[in-house]
Amino acid sequence: MTASQYNASEDSDSWRAWWRRVRGLSRKEMIQIVRDPSSYLIAGLMPLVLLFIFGYGVSLDLRQVPVTVVIENTTPEANSLLRSFSNSRYFIVEQAVHRKQAEEDLLAGRVKGVITLASDFSDRLGRGDSAPVQILVDGSDPNTAGLVLNYAQGVWSNWLVQEAIAQGDLVPREHLLPIVYLEPRYWFNPEARSQNFLIPGSVAIIMTLIGTLLTALVIAREWERGTIEALMTTPVGVSEFLLGKLIPYFLLGMGAMSLAATAAVWVFNVPFRGSIPMLLAVTALFLLTMLPQGLLISTVTRNQFVASQAALIAAFLPAFELSGFIFEISSMPPAIRILTYFLPARYYVTSLQTLFLAGDVLPVLLPAMATLATIAAILLSLLVYKTRMRLE
Amino acid sequence: MAVRLLAEVRQVTKQFRGNSTPAIDQLSLSIAAGEVTGLVGPDGAGKTTLIRLLAGLMLPTAGQVVVCGDDTQTGTNHLRHVVSYMPQRFGLYEDLTVAENLRLYADLRGVIGQPRDDAFRRLLAFTALGPFTGRLAGKLSGGMKQKLGLACALIHTPQLLLLDEPSVGVDPISRRELWRMVYDLVDEGIGVVWSTAYLDEAERCATVLLLNQGQQLYFGPPKELTASVTGRSFLLENLGHSRRRVLSRVIKRHEVVDAVIQGASVRVVIAADAPIPDVAGLGVPHAVLVPTAPRFEDAFVDLLGGGPKHESPLGQAPHDPLVDGAPVVEAIGLTKQFGNFTAAKDISFRIPRGEIYGLLGPNGAGKSTTFKMMCGLLRPTEGTARVAGYDLHRAGGAARRRLGYMAQKFSLYGDLSVRQNLEFFAGVYGLSRIRRRQATTRVIETFGLAPYLEQNAGDIPLGFKQRLALASAVMHNPAVLFLDEPTSGVDPLTRREFWLHINAMVEHGVTVMVTTHFLDEAEYCDRIGLVYHGHMIAQGSPDELKDAARSDDRPDPTLEDAFIELVEHYDRQPV
Amino acid sequence: MWQRIRTLLIKELLALWRDPKSRGILIVPPLVEMCVFAFVATQEVKGVHMAVLNQDQGSVARDLIARFEGVPNFSEVRFVASEREIARELNSGDVLMALHFPPDFSRRVVSGESAAVQILLDGRRSNAAQIVAGYATEIVARFNFELTSQQNSVTPASVVVPRIWFNPNQQTTWNSAPSLVGILTTLMGLVVTALSVARERELGTFEQLLVSPLSPREIILGKTLPALLVGLAEATAMALVGVFLLRVPFTGSIFLFYLATVVYLVAVIGVGLFVSSLAKTQQQAILGTFMFMVPSMMLSGFASPIENMPVWLQNATRINPIRYYIVIVKGVFLKDLPAELVIANLWPMAIIGVVTLAAAGWLFRHRME
Repeated sequence: MTASQYNASEDSDSWRAWWRRVRGLSRKEMIQIVRDPSSYLIAGLMPLVLLFIFGYGVSLDLRQVPVTVVIENTTPEANSLLRSFSNSRYFIVEQAVHRKQAEEDLLAGRVKGVITLASDFSDRLGRGDSAPVQILVDGSDPNTAGLVLNYAQGVWSNWLVQEAIAQGDLVPREHLLPIVYLEPRYWFNPEARSQNFLIPGSVAIIMTLIGTLLTALVIAREWERGTIEALMTTPVGVSEFLLGKLIPYFLLGMGAMSLAATAAVWVFNVPFRGSIPMLLAVTALFLLTMLPQGLLISTVTRNQFVASQAALIAAFLPAFELSGFIFEISSMPPAIRILTYFLPARYYVTSLQTLFLAGDVLPVLLPAMATLATIAAILLSLLVYKTRMRLE
Repeated sequence: MAVRLLAEVRQVTKQFRGNSTPAIDQLSLSIAAGEVTGLVGPDGAGKTTLIRLLAGLMLPTAGQVVVCGDDTQTGTNHLRHVVSYMPQRFGLYEDLTVAENLRLYADLRGVIGQPRDDAFRRLLAFTALGPFTGRLAGKLSGGMKQKLGLACALIHTPQLLLLDEPSVGVDPISRRELWRMVYDLVDEGIGVVWSTAYLDEAERCATVLLLNQGQQLYFGPPKELTASVTGRSFLLENLGHSRRRVLSRVIKRHEVVDAVIQGASVRVVIAADAPIPDVAGLGVPHAVLVPTAPRFEDAFVDLLGGGPKHESPLGQAPHDPLVDGAPVVEAIGLTKQFGNFTAAKDISFRIPRGEIYGLLGPNGAGKSTTFKMMCGLLRPTEGTARVAGYDLHRAGGAARRRLGYMAQKFSLYGDLSVRQNLEFFAGVYGLSRIRRRQATTRVIETFGLAPYLEQNAGDIPLGFKQRLALASAVMHNPAVLFLDEPTSGVDPLTRREFWLHINAMVEHGVTVMVTTHFLDEAEYCDRIGLVYHGHMIAQGSPDELKDAARSDDRPDPTLEDAFIELVEHYDRQPV
Repeated sequence: MWQRIRTLLIKELLALWRDPKSRGILIVPPLVEMCVFAFVATQEVKGVHMAVLNQDQGSVARDLIARFEGVPNFSEVRFVASEREIARELNSGDVLMALHFPPDFSRRVVSGESAAVQILLDGRRSNAAQIVAGYATEIVARFNFELTSQQNSVTPASVVVPRIWFNPNQQTTWNSAPSLVGILTTLMGLVVTALSVARERELGTFEQLLVSPLSPREIILGKTLPALLVGLAEATAMALVGVFLLRVPFTGSIFLFYLATVVYLVAVIGVGLFVSSLAKTQQQAILGTFMFMVPSMMLSGFASPIENMPVWLQNATRINPIRYYIVIVKGVFLKDLPAELVIANLWPMAIIGVVTLAAAGWLFRHRME
């Protein structure tokens, strides 16, 4: 072999060459994603599990909650009230005569509420005295307790109205009718299904996983295997290196989001009232805030173990707990609330909930997108600054 | 004939943060085109750091590195076009096929069109990887990965080729092929830098830089260094079975600079201007001192100040001495199948008491599988493994109590202190509290571990890690020692000291089985078993194996020649 | 044999503490979760913004609105002038709830007729919305009570009298602190087990252990006991934080608490051992732990009641030990759970524990080959 035979013409400095390098690196990355089991675990299995959990497992609504109605003295009024509770779709009702057993059931968690009508309930109603209906709930589960109280109150109020209308002579009218009553209407989510707001939120969690955990892991592994070192001695520059990583994971993220959104609509019956271009735009911006985080974590740690820990603690946990997807931001202490203003997931969750349930509400979406764009710009600049084509 | 200089290193120092000593200390050298420059030295000497400095991956703390006319501090852009770098572990993408790896590097280097097709064709032929283009790089053998790494580095024509330990863990045949390829390149005018821990490779380079702890010991043609010990190398022959005893006596002589075992003889290097030693006092009749050609390693050790001079205090008998003549370690028809793949087939050997047995063979050929079966780490599909008279699988606990094990890369608990490591191993081997204290004190003194006792085992120098690993393996006075590549990466002096300890133990009846890639170390064994393609293809003493390769053209073959000859002979046989 | 196990145990604990990476896991998540989760995991809704469209001129509407303004949960009451403005406020998510008083509201009330107030809620945050609707219902009910007693000098109609057991003031931390004990104990039990084996493999010292006289059973014990100890320590630490820092009452039996924790840890350690048999590196161990923990935590009744799940899923959660542990922990903290109820939740965990440990032990031994 002679040197002339070796001398392949090199085209290394034109824009075409630059693009060729970017394309080569992206293709390499895509091949690695497809052939790597972690990708399927984090980008395939985990999202499905999350959707499953929030589709079927976690529900904050009240439905078919077991309660016991204790009627110490059976009278027509008491029975009528009992019937109202039984007919309610929120409760599964057991009847009892003595309080003791019911209270034990409450303690054991077998029922979530005990509604007691005292022995002189009807008498007092008839006399026009105040005849209390006592309801006992388990405060160690505040969400259910609060909802049980709320709905029980509703059943009671409705019963009063019904009684007044149906049996006008049973009890003096003016003693019963609530003067003011509420007509509730739930905008965007008329059935008030918690799935409808949890599932769009879980899409945000899925994006966080892919955007930070997967990228951080895969790239830290490259550092450990030593291939990045070899790469640095080729004509590849910072821009090609970063684009070669950002592009494939961006595409993967968009693909995963599309799958998750499709599943949300077709499998879990979550409505989608927004427009697809808007959904893509918001997701794109969010990914642009997540991907630099993943890349930064892997560049700084260069170690898979630490990278996965960092991604979980710095990205996943905050997205899960602080984005407003499951816990209300307005209820958080002020210090933590301020923290959430810097969290991209917060804006993405709001946008998703709006897009799915309300539609293209620009007053919500535009500010969110602007904030995401700003955060993305800052993180991307930081990433470019921190990436060097040298080992240190 | 003016030699074109490709790179110059001028008074370069590289200090890493957090380290008290610099990785490279005021080094100066030059790399010429058209020849192979060797960087030789043990692990931690600074070879990889130097190569990275040449590649522009790091900047020197002080001094200048100029490559192809550009200072690495300012002009790395041009550098990248003219330099190719193959890091340790070859820089391959394991999840990509051979073809995909090549295509990627071609894209990155801007090699397109017809020249690309030509380059691919040529490189695939050059490396004999043509039939494997569809195979994942992670599934290639060590030798093939090495060739693919080289092919990727040669997609374009560099002026300077930097190879970081390209021959680690690769079988001798592949290593020879690689050298052949590199010589071809060098004939084209390319300059090659080849770093290695194998001293015999130094002799193949045109110029050699000897590094030890970041400092330059020698820079120049290897032959000149070897010549500096001309007339001072001798072989003590006709020693019968007492070579180890003779060795321990010979090193105490003050005119002897270095002594190692070579086959059935002891190789001795005497100090400059020293008189020829007298063999009479060695206690072996018929012993003869024969002058022999000097070796590069002789010169290296001389440069380092000479080998260890004291006797190993490890002179205690094993805790459960076995007195009968039965073999202490026995492998009977060992076979191991992994699904369809037969890793080892019908391997048998016997190691009597007090013998050092070496298990040799290229990576992936069944040597590690055999070794693991003998340690009890793998259950044989067929056959039996016996240690100290106990079947390893039926009476595992009893067998394992009598053996000491030193793992590859000295697996130690890096986050525990040296003392905590010792106490752990003593406890695990069931030593009572009193015996534990005695044993720990004894090994701390024997191996000189006192200065590092409270430091984390992960932070101590490599030589001391090795000592700690050996110390941990012998605290319970085992009758059998299994050593898996015990001296990989260690400097020659530490290696010699290590073997002094081993020899002392063997003299007191301990039996040793060792695996190694250093063929000169294989010379220290009494017998060797060569495992290739899952079969034991040769067994015998080092000299017996060399006989297989002896011929008129080659009256004095090395073990490497023997190795290659035996393997090629096996390959030539009809299936 | 015990001496060998003790040596192994000491080494494990030392390695766990001295390795900065695992020390990080022992310290950081509990600290972070304590600071964040305890305060965040609430279903109480505070800081609510509401909008009011008052098309009425009378005083009754003003009175009722004043009641809303007086409630601390509503941090801001905005007055708007048209339905379109309400739409805008709700759409943009600026308010969670809006009240619409029709023009004849006060007139109707004064004349003894019933009058409706429309309450519009942002269904995108439907859970919070429902809870806020509950607050509104309570406020209106009390208003009605006063109206009737004022108007008719007769004892007004009954109201529902709520009594909240175990957490009368509905304090967030009383709910989240016991849950925290549950979560972190789980995390430690899983992670310490999974990490210890993976770390050994990565360092290469695993082979060293296998070649030593340690039997497989001793190795397993040596790997799981540290997790048990660390888990117990973690549970104790979190319980102390809950009681002394967050002032959550501990009303039940300490003995039962520890008994339950030990049984629970055994079950969880079995899973950790399983994960570590499959994981070859520490990073894989972390991922595996994570993949197990998130679904099982979410489906344990800690985030939402098991009764809300579809029946087939409810049955599936019977094999989730966390489910039982959360009940016991909350019970022991807040309810002084009697022994027979603790036992009722204990024996399923014990069974699960035996099964997981046996299966994991088998797989582990199998993989040691």
